[in-house]
Amino acid sequence: MIITTTKGEMDDSLLEKREGSIDNDIELTTWVEYYHEGELVHRSAHVTLKTSPFTNLVAASMA
Amino acid sequence: MTATHNFGTSPIRAASTADTFKAALYVTTATVNAATTVYSSTNEVSGTGYTAGGITVTNATAPSSTNTSATAGVGYWTPSANLVYSTVTLTTAFDTVLIYNSSQSNAAVSVHTFGAQTITAGTFTLTMPTNTTTSALLRLSTT
Repeated sequence: MIITTTKGEMDDSLLEKREGSIDNDIELTTWVEYYHEGELVHRSAHVTLKTSPFTNLVAASMA
Repeated sequence: MTATHNFGTSPIRAASTADTFKAALYVTTATVNAATTVYSSTNEVSGTGYTAGGITVTNATAPSSTNTSATAGVGYWTPSANLVYSTVTLTTAFDTVLIYNSSQSNAAVSVHTFGAQTITAGTFTLTMPTNTTTSALLRLSTT
């Protein structure tokens, strides 16, 4: 698989892949990192919000 | 939800189309919270692939309300697509997204926080919740 990196597009066979996740009351987050010779060259994250702690509709009204 | 902020196409306000909403990301040191009333570029993220002001929120679904004239209910709305910042590099940690109304002087709509993130030549995706009375991104009790 081809990965977009800071060094251009690279085949993932050349990269070290690390993944992680957080799951709590606020969010479910996963991320993936690719390293090339120890250097971080790609990081993507995917956040799923579970709550809206600061939702604040300003001057809105219902219709 | 169809007055100051027109999420739908039949607003009270004299307009026949929904407003345009945008989503901007802020670094962890920003003070963006329930007191925020308008979009500001102060402490907004910056980096390759990111345009100040953020991305346009896809809004293909008008807000819904369960209330009738006789009963209280819930008004709710969720963007109709995930918020996706593609092929960006954001090296300063960020943890906040502000949704605001770019059709109404950039008035703030909502603020959402999450664990601090950085992105390197990658994609940041905020998955939107299911658009229901109990899980929609925006939910208002009505009377």
